[in-house]
Amino acid sequence: MKRTIFSNQLLPWLLLAPQLAITFIFFLWPAGQAIKQSFLREDAFGINSSFVGLANFTALLDSPEYLNSLKVTAVFAISVTVVSMGVALLLAVAVDRMLKSSRTYTTLLVWPYAVAPAVAGILWWFIFNPTVGVMPYVLEVIGYDWNHISSKTDAMILVVIASAWKQISYNFLFFVAGLQAIPASMREAAAIDGAGPVRRFFDITFPLLSPTTFFLLVVNIVYSMFETFAVIDATTEGGPAQATNIMVYKVYFDGFIGQNLGSSAAQSVILMLIVISLTVIQFRWVEKKVEY
Amino acid sequence: MIENRPGLSALAHLVLILGVVVVALPVWVAFVASTHGPTDFMSGTVPMWPGPHLVENYAKMLDTGLSTSGTPPVGWMMFNSLVMALSIALGKIAISILSAFAIVYFRFPLRGLAFWCIFVTLMLPVEVRIVPTFQVVAGLGLLNSYAGLSIPLIASATATFLFRQVFLTMPDELVEAARIDGAGPMKFFRDILLPLSRTNMAALFVILFIYGWNQYLWPLLVTTSSDYYTIVAGIKRMADVVDGLPQWHLVMATAVLAMLPPVAVVIFMQKLFVKGLVETEK
Amino acid sequence: MASITLDNLGKVYPGGTRAVGDVNMQIADGEFIVLVGPSGCGKSTLLRMVAGLESITEGEVRIGDRVVNKVEPADRDIAMVFQNYALYPHMSVRQNLAYGLKNRGTSKAEITRRVDEAAEILQIGQFLDRKPRALSGGQRQRVAMGRAIVREPAAFLFDEPLSNLDAKLRVAMRLEIKELQRRLRTTSLYVTHDQLEAMTLADRLVVLNGGQVEQIGTPLEVYRNPASTFVAGFIGSPAMNLIPSRAVPHLPGSAHAGIIGIRPEDLAVDPDGPIEMQVRAVEELGAQRLVHGHTNGADLTITLGSHADLHDTLRLSAQREALHRFDEKTGKRLA
Repeated sequence: MKRTIFSNQLLPWLLLAPQLAITFIFFLWPAGQAIKQSFLREDAFGINSSFVGLANFTALLDSPEYLNSLKVTAVFAISVTVVSMGVALLLAVAVDRMLKSSRTYTTLLVWPYAVAPAVAGILWWFIFNPTVGVMPYVLEVIGYDWNHISSKTDAMILVVIASAWKQISYNFLFFVAGLQAIPASMREAAAIDGAGPVRRFFDITFPLLSPTTFFLLVVNIVYSMFETFAVIDATTEGGPAQATNIMVYKVYFDGFIGQNLGSSAAQSVILMLIVISLTVIQFRWVEKKVEY
Repeated sequence: MIENRPGLSALAHLVLILGVVVVALPVWVAFVASTHGPTDFMSGTVPMWPGPHLVENYAKMLDTGLSTSGTPPVGWMMFNSLVMALSIALGKIAISILSAFAIVYFRFPLRGLAFWCIFVTLMLPVEVRIVPTFQVVAGLGLLNSYAGLSIPLIASATATFLFRQVFLTMPDELVEAARIDGAGPMKFFRDILLPLSRTNMAALFVILFIYGWNQYLWPLLVTTSSDYYTIVAGIKRMADVVDGLPQWHLVMATAVLAMLPPVAVVIFMQKLFVKGLVETEK
Repeated sequence: MASITLDNLGKVYPGGTRAVGDVNMQIADGEFIVLVGPSGCGKSTLLRMVAGLESITEGEVRIGDRVVNKVEPADRDIAMVFQNYALYPHMSVRQNLAYGLKNRGTSKAEITRRVDEAAEILQIGQFLDRKPRALSGGQRQRVAMGRAIVREPAAFLFDEPLSNLDAKLRVAMRLEIKELQRRLRTTSLYVTHDQLEAMTLADRLVVLNGGQVEQIGTPLEVYRNPASTFVAGFIGSPAMNLIPSRAVPHLPGSAHAGIIGIRPEDLAVDPDGPIEMQVRAVEELGAQRLVHGHTNGADLTITLGSHADLHDTLRLSAQREALHRFDEKTGKRLA
C-alpha cells in the first residue's frame, strides 16, 4: 500500500483498459463459454443444442478412454516431475561444491530452457527413431528392441524423457539458488557434529531445501500437465493405443479434431478445476515460504 | 571448503560432465544430422560426426524450405516467429506495466475486482479453453494474422504482479517529491517509474521473448494459411510425412534454426535471464 | 581436555593471498585464549583452521599430542559456537543438542542425560521442544553453547558468538561464558573484534594484525606493555595517545624515542606540567569527561573527573613510568 497516491478516477481505468479488454475477450468469455458448453449437448448436425445437466461429466467419468487419460496423465506428470527434479537436484548439489567452475557449468546446463517443447519432442523423436535413431541402435546392443511406435511403454518413456530434459535447467537454477541460500555455517556445524557428506545432505541440506522443492513440485506438475501438449503433438500424438493421451491432448483432439464440443468443454472445466487448485496451493505456499 | 576430499570433488565433476553431455546430446545429434545429405540416413543409423552438407542444407531451408510439406521457406517462418515473439513480449510488458501503475498508484472503486480479473488469467492457460477461444478469434476475423497470433496471448498476470512488486518496493518519497515538484501521474510514470524499472523490463523481456518464440498450440490453431506459419509450429508439419521417411537432415536443420534465437538469448543474456526467471516466480 | 599447539601455522589462498602467517603458540589445558583484531586480520581464518573448516597450508596444529592438519572437523574432538549460531532450523532444541551425539553413536540414555544436564546448566530446560525460530536471540545463543557443552569436547571454539546480540545482553552473556568456562575448565579459543570483550574474557590475549601475531599475553600485560603502536592503539578505550616525540619535547625521556604513547587516564592536569594542550571539544560521559585537543599539532585525548575545571588551554603532566616508547619506523616497543 502506497502512502501517497494520485487522485484521478478515470485515468486508472484507461491504464487498465487494454489488459482488462484482452482478459475479458480472450480469457473470461471463452472460459464462460466452456462452462456453458459443458452442460449442453449438440445434435448430430451441430444446429441445435439442449441442456443436459451433468450428463457430459458423467459420460466422461464412465468412459474408459477418459479414465485411461487420467491415469496416463498421472503417470506422465509424476514421472516427468521426479526425473527432471531428481536430475536437477543432483547437478545442483554437484555445482554447489564448485568454486571457480560453477559459472561455466551453469551456462552449459541452463540453455535447454530456451528450447521449445515441440522442438524438444522432435529432437528426442529423432534420437529414438527406430529406423535411423542413435538410441535404438545402442539399446539393441544391450538386447532391448526399442519401438515407440508400437510399444506403449517405449512411447511413454520417450515423451517423459523429452519433457523432463527441457525442464532440468529450470529446476537446476532454482535448486542452485536454494542451496546458496543455506548458510555455510549450517553445514559446517553439522560437519563438526560428526555428519559426513551424505548424512549432511539428508539431515540438513535436503530439509532446509524443502521450500524450494515444494515450489518446484507444483511448478513441474503444472508444466507436465499443460505445457507438454507440444511434446505429445510433435511426437506420439497420444498413441500408440492412447498410451500417451494426456488430458490436455485429449481436450484438443476431442474438441478440435473430433468436434465433440460438449465432451471437450466438460474436460476443459475439469482441467480448469485442476489448475485452480494447483494455483491456490502455490499461492498459499508463497505466504508460508518465510518459515525458515 | 569443509573437507578436502578429492574423491568427492572428482565425483561432482563427473556428475556435471555427464549432465552437460546428456543435456547437449540431442542438440549435437540434430546438428550432425543437419550437416549430412539425404542418402546418409539410408544405411540405418545417423553418423556421430558432422558431414559436408552444412551450408547446402541450411541455405536450402532458409531460402526455399520443404515445399512438399506445404510449409514456406524457413527464413519466412522465422520472420513470422520473430514478429510474434516481439509482439507478445513488448505487448505484455506494455499493458502490464500500465496495469500495475494503475493498481499501485491509484485508489478507485472496483480496484480489487480489476486486480482479481487479472489474477484469474493465471488459472486459464490456453490449453483449457481451446475451442471457445478459437471461436472468439475466428469470430473477430483474426485467423491468419499477426494480431491473431499475438494479441490473445498478451494479457499477463505474472508480468503485472512483477511490476506491482517493483513499484511497491519503490520509496513513497518518490511520488511525494514528484507531486511537490508538480509532476502529474503520467509525467511521474514516464520520468521516474519507467527509467527505474528498466532492468526489470529487460529481464522480463528475455523470458517473454522465449515464451513467445516457443508458442506451439496457439499458432497451430489460428494459422491455416502457410503465410503465417511460425517455425516452432511449422517444424512438425515437416516431420509428418504420410508416405516414406521424413527428410531428416532438413528437418533437423530446421530444428537447429528454431532453437538458435532463444538459446542465444539465454546464453548471451544469462544474468538478465536468471533475474527474469526468479523474479517472475516471486 | 587438551592443550592446543600452533606451530608456524600459516595459510595462503590458492590465488596467492596470505591470510595468516607464522603463528606460534602453546595453549595450556583449560586456558581461555582470545584472538582479537580488526576485521580482516585473519583471526576467524585462524580459528577455522583449528576447527578443520579451513585447510592448513603451512605449519601444523596439534590438539593434545595429535597433529590434526588432515583430520576431519568431526574427528578433532572440538565444538564450535558460530556467529549466527547455525542452529538447525528444522530440528527442536533437543534434537539440535543431541545431533552431534547421535552421529557419534552415543546411547539414547546417555544423550538424554547429557542434554538434560546442559539444559540445566544453561537454563534452557523449558525450551527443549521448541524450534529455534521460536527463541529470542539470547536463548538461541544459549542453545548454541549447549550444543558445544553436551559433546564434552577437548576444546571450545567461539567465532564472535556475541556479535549478534544487543549491547546489554552482550555484557550479560559475556559474564556467563566466563563463568561457564571457569566451571568446565575446557580449553577455549575465542574470536572477537571487540577489545573490551577480549580483555574481560581472556586468560591470555592474542592480538592479530594483517595475519600476523602482534602480541600474546595476559590482558594486563598487553594493556600495560603493548608490544607495538598497533596494540597500543587497539587495546584500551579511549585509545592510547600516540604522539611524535618532537611534539612533546619537555617530557622526560622523549628525546630518544620516535613515538611516545600515553594513556588518556595517565595524563593529569598540572599547572607546572610540561605539556600545553589546546582544548577542542569535551565529551561528557557522566562519571568522567573526555577532553580532546592538541599539542604542537599532535592530537591528544585525556580523561578527567567530572568536577575538574576546564579552560581553553590546559597544562598536563605524566608519570615517567606511564610513558610508552615506540620506534617511529617499525612501530615496535622500545625497551
